Amino acid sequence: MIDSILSFCDSVLSNQYWFFIITLLIKLVICFAITIAFIPISVLIERRVASFIQDRVGPNRVGIPATIFKRFGMKADLPFVKALDYFGLPHDGRIANICRYFRLDKDIPLLGLLQPAVDGGKLFLKQDFTPPFVRRFYFWVAPMLVLAPPLMTAAVIPFAGDLETPYGNINMVVANLSIGPLWIFAISSLSVYGLVLAGWSSNSKFPLIGGIRSSAQMISYEISMGLSIIPLLMIYSELNLSNIVQYQADNGWLLLPFWGEGLTVERWVLLIPIVISFIIFLTSVFAETNRTPFDMSECETDLVGGYHTEYSSMKFAQFFMGEYAAMIVGSSLVITLFLGGWSIGFGIDGWLLDNCGNWISTILQLIFYVLKLAAFAFFFVWVRWTVPRFRYDQVMKLGWLVFFELAVINIFITAAILYFIK
Amino acid sequence: MAFKTIKRPKISIGERFYLKALLGGLVITMKHLVLSIIGKSRSKKELGGSGIGVTMQYPEYRWDKHLPEYYRGYPVLVKGEDGRERCVSCQLCEFICPARAITIKPGEVPADSQWNKVEKAPVEFEIDMLRCIYCGMCQEACPEQAIFMSQGYLLTPTDKKAGVHNKAKLYELGGTKQGLVNKWNAYK
Repeated sequence: MIDSILSFCDSVLSNQYWFFIITLLIKLVICFAITIAFIPISVLIERRVASFIQDRVGPNRVGIPATIFKRFGMKADLPFVKALDYFGLPHDGRIANICRYFRLDKDIPLLGLLQPAVDGGKLFLKQDFTPPFVRRFYFWVAPMLVLAPPLMTAAVIPFAGDLETPYGNINMVVANLSIGPLWIFAISSLSVYGLVLAGWSSNSKFPLIGGIRSSAQMISYEISMGLSIIPLLMIYSELNLSNIVQYQADNGWLLLPFWGEGLTVERWVLLIPIVISFIIFLTSVFAETNRTPFDMSECETDLVGGYHTEYSSMKFAQFFMGEYAAMIVGSSLVITLFLGGWSIGFGIDGWLLDNCGNWISTILQLIFYVLKLAAFAFFFVWVRWTVPRFRYDQVMKLGWLVFFELAVINIFITAAILYFIK
Repeated sequence: MAFKTIKRPKISIGERFYLKALLGGLVITMKHLVLSIIGKSRSKKELGGSGIGVTMQYPEYRWDKHLPEYYRGYPVLVKGEDGRERCVSCQLCEFICPARAITIKPGEVPADSQWNKVEKAPVEFEIDMLRCIYCGMCQEACPEQAIFMSQGYLLTPTDKKAGVHNKAKLYELGGTKQGLVNKWNAYK
């Protein structure tokens, strides 16, 4: 029985078309799961870190209440006391007090991880109110247009190294395009349509201003963003993101050339333009995703709520998710281009591949990629609660008068270094 | 009026780059984050913080000990040292109450009572705690030192009826108060 199933699987996987389809589906699920799962996680990080920075506790009251066990027919007292008795611990000993400090006697807090789940459930249950004065079709289409592009762009980002199986080589990226960054820029700038349509179709003053602001801002920063990665493409001479990450795994991350062939003088001199592009690119990612200090399109002080003022319930949540998804894709792009993507770094990738086998190294790389993403989500939140919002003219000035020129000059600096120092 | 012209500070090139200020800000927020996670936030002790940050975890820890003397909790009726109910149902508090939360039904003190000199006492005294705004005007208006704002704040009525405090409940909450002026004592 088992043999026949195995041989069936073997025959299916040996067919290269089936192999392609099955692996693609698995990769799609992983890629989509990372992007979608990171939305609630970054919401949680946002709320927790924001409260820590402001000396507060943050959401810690959502948990499985311990009284629920009693409700389901447990006659004895709370499971906390029972658990203490089971391990033979005194009721007011040190360990019991530590558990009380984390409120384990009241509920099972799960580190506040239930908070985003409850938030999502709340948004589903809220009334979905469409005001009578809006342009209904565009009003309904806009949130989808905001959410879809970031999810589409996540397809080209590699999330682990290649996996070699007896049936063939699996490239851990959903769409192994040879125009990776260009695809991302092309698609992610589409989300500006969503914002503009939301602002316009709301048929209300402040959403309109918010939408127009966001379109102006996103288009301005698109330019410096595109120009700032040209030096990188000159260094990599490659547009395929998988190959870019592989290059970094072998030769040192672009910002940390500490191993492989990264120890040459050229790479160290090249750090100057790379750091400049890094700063420009990072700032532009902030501006592209409408995060503070660049959230001109939704700054409460002058625009009520920005382009999503008239939205409620799940439609509002889609804007919210779109913002976070864009943030995740943006940070994964920064990681991929500058900080080595999935590679663990310091030559560990090669060592793992030689000593621990392909599967383990691939899984470790996936874990490391997710950790890097989490660190970047933290960084986004950290910056948000540190830097005050820019004035609108300052945003435009920074984009057009500083970053644009700097990015252009940076291209020439890189070209000169690449030409003269060899 | 004389006024002083203040010179705009000159911004050096380093400050114009904004990077130093940015990094400084990031360091400050990181410091706050680390301190609140390890539970050593500034002025945590004064604010009675418990655990992370300066936040007091309310139902487990309470502010009661730190309440100032002038704190206005819910209003209560009190009895004097002699056990007499001090309210004479003059209805001043009822009239001054801006939220119209107080309803008094005045009655007479029975002739055979020790305190028949007082003549009046409330038959029913109701404060609708769903209307009360805790302003303390009843306490100010009262000529008899009968109604006081207590330090209590924990009221959780389960329905509208439970939100109305009647006379018995008010006396139960208020209890006896020491050291009040005794002006209805019999002539000795």
